[in-house]
Amino acid sequence: MEIERPDGRSPNQLRPLACSRSVLHRAHGSATWAQGDTKVVAAIYGPKSGTRKNENPEKASIEVVWKPKIGQIGKAEREYEMILKRTLESICIRSIYPNTTTSVIVQVIHDDGALLPCAINAACAAFVDAGIPLRHLAVAICCSVADDGYIFLDPNKQEEEKMKAFSYLVFPNLNVSVLPERSSQEGGEPTAHGIITSVTHGAMSVDDYLHCLERGRAVSARLSEFLRKNLEPKSSSESSRAG
Amino acid sequence: MGFPDGSKDLSSEMEVDAFRRLFPLQYFERHLAEAIRPDGRPLGKARDTTVVLGAVASANGSALVKIGSTTMLSAIKMEVMTPSLESPDEGCIAIDFHMPPICSPLVRPGRPAEAAPVVSKQLSDTISGSGIIDLKELSLVTGKAAWMAYLDVYCLDADGALFDAALLSAVAALSHLQIPAVSMNDDGKIVLVSDDDGQKQAQELVNKEKRNLTLRSIPFSLTCILHKNYILVDPTAEEESVMETVVTIALDTSGQLVSLYKPGGPVLAFTPSIQDCVALTRQRVKELKGILEEANSTMQVE
Repeated sequence: MEIERPDGRSPNQLRPLACSRSVLHRAHGSATWAQGDTKVVAAIYGPKSGTRKNENPEKASIEVVWKPKIGQIGKAEREYEMILKRTLESICIRSIYPNTTTSVIVQVIHDDGALLPCAINAACAAFVDAGIPLRHLAVAICCSVADDGYIFLDPNKQEEEKMKAFSYLVFPNLNVSVLPERSSQEGGEPTAHGIITSVTHGAMSVDDYLHCLERGRAVSARLSEFLRKNLEPKSSSESSRAG
Repeated sequence: MGFPDGSKDLSSEMEVDAFRRLFPLQYFERHLAEAIRPDGRPLGKARDTTVVLGAVASANGSALVKIGSTTMLSAIKMEVMTPSLESPDEGCIAIDFHMPPICSPLVRPGRPAEAAPVVSKQLSDTISGSGIIDLKELSLVTGKAAWMAYLDVYCLDADGALFDAALLSAVAALSHLQIPAVSMNDDGKIVLVSDDDGQKQAQELVNKEKRNLTLRSIPFSLTCILHKNYILVDPTAEEESVMETVVTIALDTSGQLVSLYKPGGPVLAFTPSIQDCVALTRQRVKELKGILEEANSTMQVE
């Protein structure tokens, strides 16, 4: 009972991933991340002395600027900015650089579905490139639910429009942790199974959502591996590809 | 910050208000350990909720909603427009959420609130995603005329759980909405029928009389704070500022999940806590459904 996807992928198959770091010379850290035709560049400037608006005497603050491919920034982009900001704040160790602001600029190069997860992955890689201390990495994935309850991972734009619902999920990625061996298990579940961020669109049953979580967790391990491989110092300057 | 031991000793010497301001997190945690919250609620109880329909006389539908002291006013204005070519037999609904400076000390005049566009987007996603309204019902003459509904939600007092209150007031306004009677005149234009001359032009009426919109499955939402192993339902603004991890779940009356929204936060959500939150939301949906039905029935009696 396999359902054909327009580009011939199996339901669990991701589009080809590509990631390269240090693509911009002036930024403190930068990265591009591509999933199929969706491509995003993220640049990090900072930590720099806090602007008055974001100043926090105890914690570093993060500001996110979202640049769409064309046109003005709208409500959807403002929402993306907020989600990206709060997701990044949760993975950074914010007490290290108190009273500073770190700017994250996200430029969309092409949107072919799963744009927000792509931007989160790009921003995370850029953070590593900038050398900002993180609690753990984050990997983001889009799961879409078809009318009959089938779940497809990483949909492209054409599929996204057809599906009745989809969810963006962000999971932590912490094979190598900067924290001491606290507990990689929490309440019987490994920490990598916790959700950092979840955003859903459209109506689905609660069971469908739990299936999405399961599938998302399974594939996040593969994404984590790809991200880590790309962040190793050797391959830092050239981009590498994985199917 | 980092005085877990110091604060414990200080709490016996300090006045309660000073302790609350200096060590807000410890203040809350000592309450949570006793399974109670500073305002006297148990962890799983939402604040008192009231719905008043018809708060704005000049609008076609309106509602004033209070959850605790969070207050939302929403009103709907209907206009006739030409439908788009892609969907000639569908009307349209435009949702906007406003946070004027009156609602919170954090909002400054002249600078729009950061939360406003986000809540606004969430509202339109939830309302369109749940399919509460059949847009075909807003059609008047296929390809020629359809209703455009402007739904504006104003936040009058922002004391936490903004989205819950905004969604409830939007849904309440939709349930109160009366679509005005219109007729087509000789030039093919749609004009409003006032109550007096409605009888004379009866044969030209496009829709027979004032009518309510049929609402299909209605979405309701609940915001929970996750802090350590505690789940706090329906947080106030103070609780939201101290404990940052928030999960908002919207379910509709048929039990479908319309939105599960967790924007970051230091606490990770695991499957059991998600299921607990969903169960709490189910309870709350029943409660809110009852409140809305009651408001509608008192409206009809009047």
